[in-house]
Amino acid sequence: MNEASNGTYAILGDKVRKTFQRKTGEAVVALDDVSLEIRHGELTALVGPDGAGKTTLIRLVCGLMAPDGGSLKVLDVDVAHDPQQVQNRIGYMPQKFGLYEDLSVQENLDLYADLHGVTQAERDERYPRLMEMTALGPFTRRQAGRLSGGMKQKLGLACTLVRVPELLVLDEPTVGVDPLSRRELWEIVQQLVGEGLSVLMSTSYLDEAERCEQVIVLREGKLLASGPPADITKKAAGRSFLAKLPDGAPARHLQSQLLEDPHIVDAVPQAGQVRFVRADGYKTRQKREPELAGITTRKVPPRFEDGFMMLLDEFTRDNAPASASVAAPVALERADQVNGADKRTDKHAELGDDVVVEVNDLVRMFGQFAAVNHVSFEVRRREIFGLLGPNGAGKTTTFRMLCGLLPATSGALRVAGVDMHTARASARQRIGYVAQKFSLYGQLTVTENLEFFASAYGLHGQHRRERLDWAMSQFELTSLANLPSGQLPGGYKQRLAMAAALMHDPDILFLDEPTSGADPLARREFWHRITSLSDQGVTVIITTHFMEEAEYCDRAVIQDAGRILAQGTPAELRAHAKGAGKMATMEDAFIAIIEEARHENGQALQAAG
Amino acid sequence: MDHSPNRSDGKLRRTVALIVKESRQIIRDPSSIAIAVIMPTILILLFGYALSLDVKNVKVAVVLEDSSPTARDVASGFEMSPYFAPRYVMSMPYGEQLMRRGEVEGIIRFRSDFSSQLKRGAGEVQIVVNGIDANTARIIENYAQGVIGQWSQRRRAEGLPVAGAGPLVVQSRVWFNETGESRYFLVPGLIVLIMTLIGALLTALVVAREWERGTLEALFVTPVHADEILLGKIVPYFGLGVVGFALTVAAAEFLFEVPLRGSLWVLTFVSMLYLLVALGIGLVASSVTKSQFVASQVALIATLLPALMLSGFLFDIRSMPIALQYITYVLPARYFVTLLQTIFLAGDIWSVIVPNAAVLALMALIFMIVARVATQKKLA
Repeated sequence: MNEASNGTYAILGDKVRKTFQRKTGEAVVALDDVSLEIRHGELTALVGPDGAGKTTLIRLVCGLMAPDGGSLKVLDVDVAHDPQQVQNRIGYMPQKFGLYEDLSVQENLDLYADLHGVTQAERDERYPRLMEMTALGPFTRRQAGRLSGGMKQKLGLACTLVRVPELLVLDEPTVGVDPLSRRELWEIVQQLVGEGLSVLMSTSYLDEAERCEQVIVLREGKLLASGPPADITKKAAGRSFLAKLPDGAPARHLQSQLLEDPHIVDAVPQAGQVRFVRADGYKTRQKREPELAGITTRKVPPRFEDGFMMLLDEFTRDNAPASASVAAPVALERADQVNGADKRTDKHAELGDDVVVEVNDLVRMFGQFAAVNHVSFEVRRREIFGLLGPNGAGKTTTFRMLCGLLPATSGALRVAGVDMHTARASARQRIGYVAQKFSLYGQLTVTENLEFFASAYGLHGQHRRERLDWAMSQFELTSLANLPSGQLPGGYKQRLAMAAALMHDPDILFLDEPTSGADPLARREFWHRITSLSDQGVTVIITTHFMEEAEYCDRAVIQDAGRILAQGTPAELRAHAKGAGKMATMEDAFIAIIEEARHENGQALQAAG
Repeated sequence: MDHSPNRSDGKLRRTVALIVKESRQIIRDPSSIAIAVIMPTILILLFGYALSLDVKNVKVAVVLEDSSPTARDVASGFEMSPYFAPRYVMSMPYGEQLMRRGEVEGIIRFRSDFSSQLKRGAGEVQIVVNGIDANTARIIENYAQGVIGQWSQRRRAEGLPVAGAGPLVVQSRVWFNETGESRYFLVPGLIVLIMTLIGALLTALVVAREWERGTLEALFVTPVHADEILLGKIVPYFGLGVVGFALTVAAAEFLFEVPLRGSLWVLTFVSMLYLLVALGIGLVASSVTKSQFVASQVALIATLLPALMLSGFLFDIRSMPIALQYITYVLPARYFVTLLQTIFLAGDIWSVIVPNAAVLALMALIFMIVARVATQKKLA
């Protein structure tokens, strides 16, 4: 099949440029003279924070957009000149998979086979292979819309593989998928690469990038680095450390403190410890390090993520004036930390550690389907409590019941000491809720949004002014006060949504998938902020499909298919993954827990159904 | 690098694959079925039955103060009439009471001296009608006069004295037909609405949905061509439009017995022309806006509302303000309504059909070309 692509490169870009026009007339440079070389037969990852230009680059490669400058050759074809030829020869899975949800698995496959002109003989040979690879064999008659997220992803991939493409292009194929499906998808991709296929994929999971042969790092349309992941990892050589915490202490406090130090590039919880990366000039400050007193640190070999953070940090320092307002939330954050963490709101601090949310045997049916299936847990005051699970696990449904937005089919539900069956209104006074899609008024400015929510919660006079001031400073919105909220960058929208939900000083803050779609930088910044809120006495309940975010929680439950599979502290959860060694990740734990549950299900036969 | 040795063969196979895919989606998507089958059915029933300008089985109180055979003979005319459901009462006060309670719509009163006055040649029947709904009141009044008029005619033919004045008989005939003539123009006019719903609104929705769900993005990166994607949409929705057309014509002919004075093939031909125009508008709206909400608003405002208000379907164009009259010339529905009314009620009048059909054909061509230009395998 590859007779025409004798060149060394599957993709060759020279000073590729793409600019978009915003509605305001402002030009945004999505790709700024990016030059790149992607070799045949290799797996190449495209990484970078949101707005880096990953999707734009992929769409240019697929001929879905034309570059404004430079040249881009895909399979030795100038894609701007002859997009159809490129589209005949490559396979592409967009972020939304591109499946027809009301067609069955087989019908989706047949459609793409027809479009690619795959003969019956080729299908007879190819389909069994695809079915075996994706394990979709038993579901060929099921409508694509009724598949789980992971299965949809595999079907989307299978549709691009109805014939052997010369290049496979995947845009964030693993986002929002449970760890098990993510692992399976990876095995398929690696198998294909082993057979000589060239693959370009964008990803926000840095551990995936580490396993690729080549990595391209983009930020704000600029190429920061390209090469083998080891080259990027090397950037952090001798800079990575692990800090061991006293037993049981949540890692987030130390992490939070470390992030405040401008000489620390990155700090993340990892397996109950805190991993951090030092910048230049760190040593000279080592003597005055209250946060590390009594804590043992040891040098560890760097990983890809450390090198990646070094790259971004260098870029931020070089481009400080241009990108300060949007692109460097972590750096911004450090300047202004005194505000929250130490001045605890008296109201919350005085209260004890009693149970504020009590869920007992909660069930929610949608017709025959149990979205939430006999779920029980408790949340104590001032905890950060996580509901973890892949898309479709029942997290959002549980959440909506907790917030009184959806009645429960059966079971008991007490929030802030109030029975949600009988006194929803009085419970609502004491909770704040940030929905997955932030409920902001895009035409109103930041100030107007906050004023509206203050009025909606019935605040007035001195108290109202105080809360408005608090929100502005706590969430660092002052500089953007007069910007319509619809024009805020993503991270700021989230801050504003949180500020709005906290206007009435609630005891409990509910956050539904706040980090979904956010890049690693924005996610670190977000957790830093949550830690500070928790220190002020707010109980935080949060859902996420990023398993490793459980490390930030005091306690978490792992939910799948409506059921709770495990709950406890991060250490207790991690203990499920004994097989994966001492540094087992939360993802290992999740996979181990799912496998345990399946094993038990197998033994109990239909009893659990 | 030509993967398909026979290019036209691949083109056909891809187009057929897209048509099959779209047809499966239509069958499985409840909203397509709702717009293509349920809405036309509701419209047919609504316009055919509920929106009739005729009245039947009106409840009236018949006050027989005169119990002579003559009075009873006149009153029995109300019993025979399909328009009235009479109820005999003994006194006027009771009749008035029934009227106030809303149990009857009118009172037909025969005074105690009815038959004696009739003998003198000046018989009088009092008709009292509930005037709250002026329109209905008028109809009832006229029907009642009609009933009495019929009786008078019969009497006159027999050479006997007559009740009331002669001209009554004529009046009721002028205003109201005994059959529901309003259906004669409402039901054919429905073809415009149904073609517009399926052609413009439904098509705009389904194409925009593919943009929103990202399915087109995946489709673009295959050997498929833009014209194949377009054909894959036009053919199934054209088919669906034909079903809606057949449904309406069948309802017009068999359910409401609207006469079709022109020929069926001319009717079918011009309807297909209009369907192509509507499809073209739907395709352009969705390709340009790429959003279901905006595309459906555009289709609604640009096609459905004008088809209802400005096409001459409900309101006569000649009675509109001049400026509006000019606007109607750019509306394809105007030409189609003219064609429908001519073919149904007048016949194959070529001097009307040819120019109007030519305008529709030209519009269909223009919109199809614009749709082809607007459908590019590009995202931005």
